[in-house]
Amino acid sequence: MTSPAPVIEVSELTKSFAGKIAVNRLSLRVEPGEIYGFLGPNGSGKTTFIRMLCGLLQPDSGRGTCLGHDLFRESHLIKPQIGYLAQKFSLYEDLSVRENLSFMARIYGLPKVRTLVEEAMERLGLARFADQLAGTLSGGWKQRLALAACLLHQPRLLLLDEPTAGVDPKARRDFWDEIYRLSAEGVTALISTHYMDEAERCHRLAYLAYGELLAAGTAAQVVAASGLFTWTITGENVHLLASGLKKRPGIEQVAPFGTTLHVSGHDPDLLQAGLADIDCRLYHCQASAVSLEDVFISLMQNRGGQS
Amino acid sequence: MSWTSFFSFRRFRAIAAKEFVQMRRDRVTFAMMIGIPIVQMVVFGFAINSDPKHLPTAVLSADHSVFSRTVVAAMQNSGYFKIVKNVASQAEADLLIEEGEVQFVLVIPPDFGRRLVRGEQPSLLLTADATDPAATSNALSSFRLVAEAALARDLSGPLTHLRRGPPPLNLILHPSYNPEAITQYNIVPGLMGVVLTMTLVIITGLAITRERERGTMENLLSTPVKPFEVMLGKIIPYVVVGYVQMGVIILAGLFVFRVPMIGSLPLLLAVSFLFIAANLGMGLTFSTLARNQLQAVQMAFFFFLPSILLSGFMFPFRGMPVWAQMIGETLPLTHYLRIVRGILLKGNGFAQILPQLWPIGLFLAVALTVGLTRYRRTLD
Repeated sequence: MTSPAPVIEVSELTKSFAGKIAVNRLSLRVEPGEIYGFLGPNGSGKTTFIRMLCGLLQPDSGRGTCLGHDLFRESHLIKPQIGYLAQKFSLYEDLSVRENLSFMARIYGLPKVRTLVEEAMERLGLARFADQLAGTLSGGWKQRLALAACLLHQPRLLLLDEPTAGVDPKARRDFWDEIYRLSAEGVTALISTHYMDEAERCHRLAYLAYGELLAAGTAAQVVAASGLFTWTITGENVHLLASGLKKRPGIEQVAPFGTTLHVSGHDPDLLQAGLADIDCRLYHCQASAVSLEDVFISLMQNRGGQS
Repeated sequence: MSWTSFFSFRRFRAIAAKEFVQMRRDRVTFAMMIGIPIVQMVVFGFAINSDPKHLPTAVLSADHSVFSRTVVAAMQNSGYFKIVKNVASQAEADLLIEEGEVQFVLVIPPDFGRRLVRGEQPSLLLTADATDPAATSNALSSFRLVAEAALARDLSGPLTHLRRGPPPLNLILHPSYNPEAITQYNIVPGLMGVVLTMTLVIITGLAITRERERGTMENLLSTPVKPFEVMLGKIIPYVVVGYVQMGVIILAGLFVFRVPMIGSLPLLLAVSFLFIAANLGMGLTFSTLARNQLQAVQMAFFFFLPSILLSGFMFPFRGMPVWAQMIGETLPLTHYLRIVRGILLKGNGFAQILPQLWPIGLFLAVALTVGLTRYRRTLD
C-alpha cells in the first residue's frame, strides 16, 4: 500500500528579504490529518514559511506543493482550501462578530451564509457575543472568533501562526480540544508555537532557527536524535550553582526550571564527572529524561555559536 | 478558466457592504465627509482676485476700415487681450465662448469706419465669458480706455473735430453668464470639484493602507478574493459619498448663495461619475504606494495642492504661466471645473463639455491601471 499524498511537500524552499535570508533551503513533508508543530526562536522563519504556503509570499527558489497544487503557480487553487490564522488578529475590529463571520463567508463564496454563521457561532460559543464589536472582545475570544472565521469554508489544511500567544491556559486548552477534533475529522494543521507543552501535543514537529530546519520528527525522535544527556539538580538556592557549573568540561548547558537545574551535555561520562563533587547533603542530583526544551536550548546555543 | 474565477459579484458585494458598515462606525470620518463641504463653502465665501492677461479673444469683423484695425491692435497692445481667431459668423463666435475656447468675442458691425467718420457714434460689442468675474473684470474695464485712446490718435486732420464732444463710438459690454460679477457664482460650483477631490482622494487613500496597517490585509490576501473585487468594492461606497457631498453643495448653492443653475442637473450628475471615479482611482493608487496611513494622507495633499492652485479654482486659469497651465491641463479638477461652470452657469449641453470629458477619462484609466498593477497580491 502506498502512503497517501502528503498535504505539504516542499524541498529546498528559499526566501530572502532585501538580501537577508529568512528561510534557507527548507525541505519538509506533512501528512494528511497530522498536527504538525513548528518551533523556533523569534525571527527563525516560521511566519515566512507559513506565509509562503498560503500564497501571501512568493518563494525565491525551490519546489513545493500544498494540497497537491504548485506553490509557485497555483496559489489561487490553494487559497480556497486553506484556513490561515495570522499571528496578529486580522479581522475587522470595527465589525461585530456576526458581521465579520458573514463577511468571510461571502468572500469564500459560501452558500446559506446566515445559517452557516449562526452554526459557527453556536459551535464555538460565540453566540452571546454575536452583536459585539470584535475589537471589544478579550484576547481569548478574539482568537476563537479568528478560528471560527478560518473554519467557515471547511478547509483541508489549517495554517496557524502562533495561535495561542497571549491566550490564557483555559482558552488554550479549549483551542487544542478543537484542533484535536478537527484532526480526527481529517483536517491537517500546521501550528507554530513557543509553548513546549503544545509542542508535545503535536504528532510531529520541526525546529527552525535562522531560517534553517535543525530538527524534525516526533518528539521522541527529536530527543533521541539530539544525542543529549541531562541531569537534574534540586535543592535550596540551586541557581547559585549555575555559573560555576557552566565552566566545567562536559557541561554544555545549564538551564534553570523553577527550583531545579537541568544540566546537559553530549558526553554522559564527562557530564557525570563534572557533577561528581556537588555536595550531596545540600543538593540532589540524578540522571533524567531529556526534555524537548533541553534539546531546543541546545540547538539554539550550538547554532548561535557557529554563526 | 471562466470569467467568474476572475470576478465574483458576490465577493465584490461583500467588500462593498463591509465598507459601508465600517464607514458608518467611523464617526469622525463620517462627520468629515459632510462637514468639509459646509466648512469650505463658508471659508471660500471670499474670492481671491488677480489680474490675468492675454485672454483669448475672437474677433467677428464685418468692417475693414483702418479704424477697426486700430481698435483690434490697441486691444492686443493693452496686454489684456490676445486675438486668437477671426470668425465669420455669430454662431461660430457663440460656440467658441460656450466651449470656453475664448474669453471674449469682439463684434465689429459693418460700416463701423464709415459711421465713425460721419460722427454717428457706431457701436462695438464686446461679449465676455464672465463666469469667473476675477478673470474678466480688469480686461473689461480697460477696454473702453484702450479703444477710445487708440481712435483719438487716428482722428486727426479733418477728423479732429470728432475728438471733442461725445465719445466717437458707443461701446457695448456684455458680460454673459454672470452679468453681475458675483464671485460666489463662480466659487460655489467650483467648490463642488474641490470638495470631491479633497475628501475622496484622502478617504480612499486610507482605505487600503488601513487594511495593511491593521493587519486585516493579511487575512484578505489569504482568501480567494481578487484585487479587482477589492478595488471596486472599496470604490463604489465612496462614489455614493461623493454624490451626497454634491447634493449638500448644490442645495447650499441654490438656497444659501442663490446661485443660478441654468443647465441640466441630470447631465451634471451623470458626468460627475467620471470625475468621482477618477479621484477615487487616484486615492486607491496612493494607498497601494503608501506604507502607512500617514503617508497616504501626505500623498493625497501632494495631489490636492496643485489641484486647488492650478485648476483655475483659486486663480483664473488664463492668468497662470504656460507651464502651470500645462500641469493644470492634466488634472481632473481643471476639466471638471469647466464642466460644472459650463453646465450650471452657461447651460452647456453634452456636446460642449465633451472636450473636457475625455481628459478625465484618460486620467481615470491611468490611475486605475497603476493602482491595479501596484496592488500587491502578496505581502512582499
